[in-house]
Amino acid sequence: MSATYLLDLLYLIASLTFVVGLKMLSHPDTARRGNQVAAVGMGLAVMGTLLFHPSADRDLGDVRTFKLLLLYAALAIGGMIGWLAAYRVKMTSMPQMVSLFNGLGGGCAALLAVAELKLQYDGAGHDPISTGAMVLVLFTMFFGSVSFTGSMLAYAKLEDLVKDSAITLPRHSAINMVLLAGILGLIGYITWGAGENGMMWGLILFGIALVYGFMFVAPIGGADMPVVISVLNSFTGLTAAAAGIIYDNLVMLVGGILVGASGSILTILMCKAMNRSIMNVLVGSFGGGGAAAAGKAAGDQTIKEVSLSDAAVLLNYSGSVVIVPGYGLAVAQAQKICKELDELLESNGVEVKYAIHPVAGRMPGHMNVLLAEADVPYPKLYDLEEANEIIAKSDVVIVVGANDVVNPAAKDDPSSPIYGMPVLEVWEAKNVIVMKRSMKSGYAGIENELFFHARTKMLFGDAKDTLQKLVNEVKSL
Amino acid sequence: MEVFFSFLHENLLLIYLLAFSILLGIEVISKVPAVLHTPLMSGANAIHGVVLVGAIIVLFNARADDYLSLVLGFVAVVFGTLNVVGGFAVTDRMLEMFKKKKK
Repeated sequence: MSATYLLDLLYLIASLTFVVGLKMLSHPDTARRGNQVAAVGMGLAVMGTLLFHPSADRDLGDVRTFKLLLLYAALAIGGMIGWLAAYRVKMTSMPQMVSLFNGLGGGCAALLAVAELKLQYDGAGHDPISTGAMVLVLFTMFFGSVSFTGSMLAYAKLEDLVKDSAITLPRHSAINMVLLAGILGLIGYITWGAGENGMMWGLILFGIALVYGFMFVAPIGGADMPVVISVLNSFTGLTAAAAGIIYDNLVMLVGGILVGASGSILTILMCKAMNRSIMNVLVGSFGGGGAAAAGKAAGDQTIKEVSLSDAAVLLNYSGSVVIVPGYGLAVAQAQKICKELDELLESNGVEVKYAIHPVAGRMPGHMNVLLAEADVPYPKLYDLEEANEIIAKSDVVIVVGANDVVNPAAKDDPSSPIYGMPVLEVWEAKNVIVMKRSMKSGYAGIENELFFHARTKMLFGDAKDTLQKLVNEVKSL
Repeated sequence: MEVFFSFLHENLLLIYLLAFSILLGIEVISKVPAVLHTPLMSGANAIHGVVLVGAIIVLFNARADDYLSLVLGFVAVVFGTLNVVGGFAVTDRMLEMFKKKKK
């Protein structure tokens, strides 16, 4: 009896650490400690469940030993792989990793729902659950499965394992609507009408939900994956909460709801930074109209290329330089060389700052993480509004692998799909050097007027390679 | 309607808890600098790994001759542990870098 009380206390402490941890995570100074606080709370909840949960004493003798063995093996395997994966992953692949872990959490919830449904139809030694609990089980199965396959696909897209166009069917959104309607119908049928056949229909629901997760993410472009991951993240939170109600487990409920709510807010914040609505992202109509509008803008305008030595001179003899890093810098793993250039210029008396667009990289804040990895001091990073003030006063802006976030069309072309999105107004600077692989358009698939701007000079090549050459040029001056 | 009100009445505390947790979640997150969005999402991702607790209970509840449930529970625990351990570790790695250059 007292063990149950102890468990209650541990769950209470864990729930509080989740709240406090999340709160601390939202301030730069306390963020790391916050994560650790939540981790300790999680440890307490899991240990408490292992030692004190009433169901732990269900069996005696060999059966108990066998199940404990199974349990600890599972914990060891999951823990080891998780730890290794987390420490092996490159910082640029961080979004994929988060997506992967999120999907596994969703998968965990879905499997749990299947097992619970099975217990229900086995009958033996288990009270029949109420209608409400049944709906929750099916809800957990649905959202968990969607989160699982959806996150796996998001992972594959971010890893460039699949092409967007390869997995989109004709009439894709109509098919999705049919699937969704089928899922909702099945949930209703199993709860109220299926009777003894509920288990079979439950498995069919499981299958369709897995397919739906895949289909749900399939038509959404790679650039929108952060938003998708955030949405799926809150889905998994909701399933954890629903499972918490099924098991009458408060720590699951509180943890799940917190993530569900905070995940939704985070999604909205991300969408705001891109000036788009969630519906717009999820229905995935981006790019289509833009390509047509872009056609006339490009045409026969000319671009100016700049040589490495000219670029080096320009940088070295200016007073202030602003670097605008984008995803191109991240994929080329060029943040360290970027920092090298920064130091070199600083030692020659040039003031170097960084302008970070909220959606630079592939997740909000992703670029900050990458630059932090390269030891770029925190105070040198400026966010959108401050950055635009600094840019207007700077001599040279270097755009490294960024495109859509510096597109003037967002300000002055109402027909552009990104019109209204806050952008870094780099063209306000005296000179702009754009480092780019080629003239290909950015992730949003739209043309960028900036490249044809009178103050813009292009420097083509791989970001890492070009930056390295630039560093050498500046050194030899 | 009858059903709804009786449900409401029977689960009143739960519904209060639900409502307050939602508000708390929103309140805690709404003032976050963009710098921390990725670590925050990652940290929240680790926290929903608490579903692992449910997976452990499933495994405890499974009968010894019910292989399907044992397998389901086993895989669920592996997934859940991956979510928890990987989630917290990856977040810590991200935030560690923030610390270093702040000194």
